[in-house]
Amino acid sequence: MKMAEQSRQNKNEWPLWEVFIRSKAGLDHKHAGSLHAADAQMAIENARDVYTRRMEGVSIWVVESRNIIASDPGEADSLYEPANDKIYRHPTFYNLPDEVKYM
Amino acid sequence: MKLDYTLRLADDALIMGHRLGEWCGHGPILEQDIALTNTSLDHLGRARSLYQYAAQQFSQLPAEKKAGVFSSVVLQETILAGKDLDEDDLAFLRDGWDFRNHLLVEQPNNDWAYTVARSFFFDAFNYYFYSELQQSTDETLAAIAEKSLKEVTYHLRWSSEWIVRLGDGTDESHAKMQYAVDELWMYTGELFVMNDTDKEMLHQGIGADLEKIKPLWMLKVKAIFEEATLNIPAGKWMQQGGKEGRHSEHLGYILAELQFMQRAYPGMEW
Repeated sequence: MKMAEQSRQNKNEWPLWEVFIRSKAGLDHKHAGSLHAADAQMAIENARDVYTRRMEGVSIWVVESRNIIASDPGEADSLYEPANDKIYRHPTFYNLPDEVKYM
Repeated sequence: MKLDYTLRLADDALIMGHRLGEWCGHGPILEQDIALTNTSLDHLGRARSLYQYAAQQFSQLPAEKKAGVFSSVVLQETILAGKDLDEDDLAFLRDGWDFRNHLLVEQPNNDWAYTVARSFFFDAFNYYFYSELQQSTDETLAAIAEKSLKEVTYHLRWSSEWIVRLGDGTDESHAKMQYAVDELWMYTGELFVMNDTDKEMLHQGIGADLEKIKPLWMLKVKAIFEEATLNIPAGKWMQQGGKEGRHSEHLGYILAELQFMQRAYPGMEW
């Protein structure tokens, strides 16, 4: 009866879910977008129908949007600016052998 | 016989696809709107393969036999003019009495519960039917069955999920779901009636044994209904006729909408 309770709570709107799709084996899951669904199983099925119609994926992750903790855009200056002048953190001083393709 | 059989499968796919397509732009939420349209296109894709195969079978019939296959006036004229039929002719120019689809698939969408119930009964049938048809001695039908089964497996998952969700949901969703399965139950018997075509196709190793599919289908329905806290409808009387071309009033309305453009503007393309 958990479903019944949930649907009463969200009488007008189902919760929002974030969808992550892996486009092929070995690659990362990437954020594809978001959608509404009543629960996790429906979110997976909706994601299949909405985001993998053109062969975009081989695996789906969903997570309810409210479970994502995001950084505060207002703090962007203090969080990200300090990295700006630390050029030595980029590995640009090495000569890469040709065989290394994905750097 | 094989032509009749192929057309039945094609007609089931076309009419079911059309019904689900009617939800396009009207789904309860965007995500389900897309889900139904995807499924609709799976059915239409299967319909195309089957109509192409039916057209091919028709073209190989001896001339004297061709005249007797269809009673649709426009098709008769085409055949008398010595032309062959293609997939579009079969879909858009055939009259209702030449359609062989089951009565179940032409039943209207009504509401979400109806749509889900109709899909579930049909998807469960398709799942076992196409599993069997993979063993067909007819290579084309076996190949179509193999491809369809992947799609149908997902269709069945989708509709089973919704039966449970609504059946074991709120009091209102439960009542609507039970009402819909009760109303549609009488159209499920026809799925398993072995008519002359079925018997002949089974005999030739081409068709599926419906007697074998029936208990499997019943088990699936029982399992899902139990999970959904729904009752198996008590009604024993079953409606039939679709496989013989005797349809409910609904098919006429579907064909009027589906065929209007081709009949009003013959040969039109876009």
